[in-house]
Amino acid sequence: MEVTISTAELLTTDGIPLKQSLRKAERRNKLRAFLLVFPLLLFIFVTFVMPIGDMLLRSVDDSQINSVFPNTFDEYKNWDKGADELPPEEVYKSLFFELANGDKRQIGKALTRMNYAKSGWKSLIKKTTREIKKIVKKGEEPVSYKDTFIKINKLWADPTYWYSFNQMVNDRSSIYYWNAIDRTFDENGDVAMQDEKRRMYMNTWLRTFKVSIYVTIFCLILGFPVAHLLANLPLRYSNLLMIFVLLPFWTSLLVRTTAWIVMLQQNGVINGILVWLGIISDDGRIQMVYNETGTLIAMTQILLPFMILPLYSVMRVIPKSHMRAAQNLGAKPATAFWRVYLPQTIPGISAGGLLVFVLAIGYFITPELVGGKDGKLIGSWIAYHLKTTLNWGLCAALGAILLGIMLIFYWLYNKIVGIDNIKLG
Amino acid sequence: MTIWFRPVIQASLQTYNMNNPSQSFVKFEKIDKSYDGEVLVVKNLNLDIAKGEFVTMLGPSGSGKTTTLMMLAGFETPTNGEIFLDNKPISKIPPYEREIGMVFQNYALFPHMTVEENLSFPLEVRKISKPETKEKVQKALDMVELGNFGTRFPAQLSGGQQQRVALARALVFEPRLVLMDEPLGALDKNLREQMQYEIKHIHDRIGITVVYVTHDQSEALTMSNRIAVFNDGVVQQLSTPDILYEKPENSFVAKFIGENNTLNGVVTDVNGDTCTVELDNGFGKVKALKINVNEKGDKTQLSIRPERVTIDSTNPESNNFEGKIQELIYLGDHIRARLNVCGNDEFIVKVPNEGSFSHKEGDLLNLSWNPDDVRALDI
Repeated sequence: MEVTISTAELLTTDGIPLKQSLRKAERRNKLRAFLLVFPLLLFIFVTFVMPIGDMLLRSVDDSQINSVFPNTFDEYKNWDKGADELPPEEVYKSLFFELANGDKRQIGKALTRMNYAKSGWKSLIKKTTREIKKIVKKGEEPVSYKDTFIKINKLWADPTYWYSFNQMVNDRSSIYYWNAIDRTFDENGDVAMQDEKRRMYMNTWLRTFKVSIYVTIFCLILGFPVAHLLANLPLRYSNLLMIFVLLPFWTSLLVRTTAWIVMLQQNGVINGILVWLGIISDDGRIQMVYNETGTLIAMTQILLPFMILPLYSVMRVIPKSHMRAAQNLGAKPATAFWRVYLPQTIPGISAGGLLVFVLAIGYFITPELVGGKDGKLIGSWIAYHLKTTLNWGLCAALGAILLGIMLIFYWLYNKIVGIDNIKLG
Repeated sequence: MTIWFRPVIQASLQTYNMNNPSQSFVKFEKIDKSYDGEVLVVKNLNLDIAKGEFVTMLGPSGSGKTTTLMMLAGFETPTNGEIFLDNKPISKIPPYEREIGMVFQNYALFPHMTVEENLSFPLEVRKISKPETKEKVQKALDMVELGNFGTRFPAQLSGGQQQRVALARALVFEPRLVLMDEPLGALDKNLREQMQYEIKHIHDRIGITVVYVTHDQSEALTMSNRIAVFNDGVVQQLSTPDILYEKPENSFVAKFIGENNTLNGVVTDVNGDTCTVELDNGFGKVKALKINVNEKGDKTQLSIRPERVTIDSTNPESNNFEGKIQELIYLGDHIRARLNVCGNDEFIVKVPNEGSFSHKEGDLLNLSWNPDDVRALDI
């Protein structure tokens, strides 16, 4: 018998193509599902995707100042720095007219930006603008714009001011990113180190990493036994223990942080007890807060639950018979733990580790309060520039680097452990 | 009508001389176990197991059988008494030095290791050389017919295959003794039966001593040399499968193993090994074997196996009764009739399907049974 294989489309009993019919039948469900998640999608878009996009744009955006001094910057690019010490006459001339005719508010904004590149710009230009306005009012036309400028203020003959234009002459620039790691552009527009006294971010970045790694390790060391107890104690005790683990979640972060200050400060509880016990002398009180130690202690305590909970959720489902089986097969308890139990907790270790590390690297309030001068993390700089200097471009660059680091860790983690192995509960 | 079914007595039943203490390989001596100091989970357990024997601990859940097994494996400590293995007390030996293999209820295969790694684990911790380990692992895998599955992870195996890996792992390091804690509980019925035979054959082949725990009586009957029936922390009866089934010593064993019809009454006459029992509510007198009753006036429960009841024939001496058919269930090879006999609504009779059975529900049947098949037990 000949077998014929139909290549025609499958039809329903009513003769409609099966796929079309299925789509139609599923459409309503799909639409309903979409409508259900739509508010959340919208919320995430408005509160998460858009701000991050805006931040990434800001971190490379220099268009405001370019719209204030378009001609000056154009002429500036023609300056042959090897041949002439100072910019050509056209640069001074363009700047003269752009300062004389520019919108006062826009110039004000641009001055703030210029001050980020080199401090001193703001007062210099303000003074100069006043003088220029006087000259324009009188109707005079300077013979040499260059000399006029230098006559107004001799700083105009200082090339370093002009060199700092390199950082601003493009609409889109990577200067904020370089600033965020203590680099800048030199007179030729090449990347160079910042002045010694302006280098502060690299140290903070390194400290942020160090503290985050230490906090992750301490959380693991402290959290592992607790999670194991939680997973193996009888329900009655484990519930009680769980409440102790969760208690910090119900207490304000500020309260917990200030509690640590009370505990750790030089006239605090711990030092008091140590002195009272005679372990340390009264003037040998240990400095445990307002430095890196304080940051480490407080952050470890605050982030501990984020390590314990994923570990617990993984340990809970490891059958108790596994340890018994390993011992029955001849492994000593330590070997059984190392070869049978520990490998099975890796999804929990990595989930907890990633969570604690990512939280720690961006932590702000606790290091700000207990960190003192040398316990501050990068989050403090972000807050500083956001609120005090209003240098949002640098803020955005610092934030974007933080985001990038997290994504790199995520990628590494996925490569090494596999993201499917993560287990949060 | 003839008796249509008799349990097949295993031809290969070995007899173990348990009177000679040097023969006992595992010995439980006066073992008590309590977890909370208030309830005894195991009471005065005395049990001897000979080398090469397959002993099953059978009982309902909570009867103490698993606790007994865990004490033998070293995961629980006896509250009183001592366990001897090969004439040496083992209470002080930690589990990892006991050299006892164990198949756990849910196999306890290590999910992060392949089948091979699971099997070589006990050899590695014993510092056995790589080539020897490899050879032993392969041999053990071949024994359970999983020679090509070494590189798979447990999660990639079916339940039956996982079970075999667990078995191979418990045997690969050549333990002195293998314990099995309801190893087939998670398998479906067909696979369970197949595995019962496989385990039995492996036991026959390598002659290792096995202590097996189950609550499934047919499993126990299929596999064991001897069965210890547990209830309430006490061994109710310890014997070979055929004796347990045919000669239960108390009503718990009679009810727990196989199907059992009961009639309650009072002993009116004792005559050597037999006695006469007056059934409650004046349903008549039954002649029975005197097993677990002492004297006239004792209350007793009579036990009769369904297949020992004959229908449509009379016994010349006694034990002739009538039963009203309550329900007939057609089961192919036989018809299962639920009757009302002497006030008992749950009296089961199995009628072989020979094509001549024409009774309907509500009909009366003449029943009779041999006095030797009725056992007067405790109530």
